[in-house]
Amino acid sequence: MVSRHVNAAIPVIVVTLAIVVLWYVGAALLNLSWEKSVAERNGTAPSTIEMLRNTMHQERPVLPAPHQVVSEIIDTTIHKKITSKRSLIYHAGITLSSSMLGFLMGTLLGIVLAVIIVYNDALNKSLLPWIIASQTIPILAIAPMIIVVLNAVGIQGLLPKAFISMYLSFFPVAVGMVKGLNSPSSSHLDLMRTYSASSWQTFLKLRLPTSLPFLFTSMKVAVAISVVGAIVAELPTGAVAGLGARLLAGSYYGQTVQIWSALVVASVLAALLVVIVGWLGDFVNRRMGLAHG
Amino acid sequence: MNDASRVIEVNGLSLIFPTSDGDVHALQDIDLTINQGDFVSFIGPSGCGKTTLLRVIADLEQATSGSIEVNGMTPEEARLARAYGYVFQAASLYPWRTIASNVALPLEIMGLKGDEIRSRVEHNLALVDLAGFGRKYPWQLSGGMQQRASIARALAVEPDLLLMDEPFGALDEIVRDHLNEQLLKLWAKTNKTVVFVTHSIPEAVFLSNKIVVMSPRPGRIQEVIESDLPAERDLSIRETQAFLHLANRVRDGLRAGHSYDEVS
Repeated sequence: MVSRHVNAAIPVIVVTLAIVVLWYVGAALLNLSWEKSVAERNGTAPSTIEMLRNTMHQERPVLPAPHQVVSEIIDTTIHKKITSKRSLIYHAGITLSSSMLGFLMGTLLGIVLAVIIVYNDALNKSLLPWIIASQTIPILAIAPMIIVVLNAVGIQGLLPKAFISMYLSFFPVAVGMVKGLNSPSSSHLDLMRTYSASSWQTFLKLRLPTSLPFLFTSMKVAVAISVVGAIVAELPTGAVAGLGARLLAGSYYGQTVQIWSALVVASVLAALLVVIVGWLGDFVNRRMGLAHG
Repeated sequence: MNDASRVIEVNGLSLIFPTSDGDVHALQDIDLTINQGDFVSFIGPSGCGKTTLLRVIADLEQATSGSIEVNGMTPEEARLARAYGYVFQAASLYPWRTIASNVALPLEIMGLKGDEIRSRVEHNLALVDLAGFGRKYPWQLSGGMQQRASIARALAVEPDLLLMDEPFGALDEIVRDHLNEQLLKLWAKTNKTVVFVTHSIPEAVFLSNKIVVMSPRPGRIQEVIESDLPAERDLSIRETQAFLHLANRVRDGLRAGHSYDEVS
């Protein structure tokens, strides 16, 4: 058992190491020109080795080295109080709360839309083009509009940001749920017909349970893009808190280490959420006896 | 025979499926009477319309022309009145429900009370020798046990009419023999009317008191053979002269309907 776990871990470790190595090489190459210009200004002629060593700890590198990002993350998580404005945990919490609200709203909206699409052909035909169109608009273009419009009608705080998350996350849920609600086999449907079950009973006792695995698969996609939506929503508003605000502040002041730290924390956050939704899905599938085929 | 004992009455029934290659005559000019307490088998090669005819009786398909009555009603009225139990070729159990709750499914839909549901589930699981398996999930049971559970589910509705579409078709012969015997006992015990679709001659002859031999293109009834075998049967009857003679008559009927033409 142990050796199998080790064997399974080897490819993961190799890929991770390769990425870190590539990152270091990239950092060295991208930051080298700054070292050269410094040397030129100072009239010194340091050796290439010395310059390469310096690329690893610049204050505003083009691409910060991995250890710089790691130490920044440690500094802004473990060494800062959670309530501090400089704590990444604080900012991640802000982004998390609005993306979770948006994710829940998006999931609900997606389910409701899917039910409407499956059960009402007229609404299916009239709604579907709009649903698809909504996803072809670049979110960066429409996010500020939504925020501004919502502000104008007095909706502020968490809700506008959650709205952007919902805007992104309802789509995969709707698509997955439509597929899920249509997935019962014809004999399972015939069975309901022989019982002369009402369409509500068929929905509750057959279509809904059959759709759950599809729901959780699409919720994994939805939860990840909810985080993206919340961060994007924080950018145009000049938000003072949240991972998006950290990205924005970092780019104002050229704090690339801060930007990269926020990026890494955002992706770790999204990955964790995907894993949690995945676990939930596995649990539900096992409960429903579906993991056994 | 008076009208009250007629469970199914089919007259001049045809069913045409329009396809892109032209119309397919799934059923043509079917006349058939099934009486209360009959065990009737539909036998024939694939494409002879035996399953389609069963589905018309169950109102899962609608006839193009002709008339059909189930319990003196249209098939739709009979379905809405839950006049029959239907057993599919695959057990078609819902995988997220336990065996007991699968059997309870039609009862929940009928709106029965919890106590009534529990006692009916228990009774019918015992009837198919599955007492004690109620808490298991379908995947924990063998194919034969799953099919027995699906029979219990059909019986739980307490219908007078049981429609079975090749229920044992996917099972191995040993399990199938065993289930055939059990089904016959069940039929003797409950005096239900059973309509049974199969493509196995021994199965049809062993189970039925009336064998409907069907032939394909167009799907039609070739011959209706009344069985002269005693009502009390066990598997050993298959070695008797009477049984072999009957099986030969069925085979001749199938041959006369050109059922063997494309099989060499």
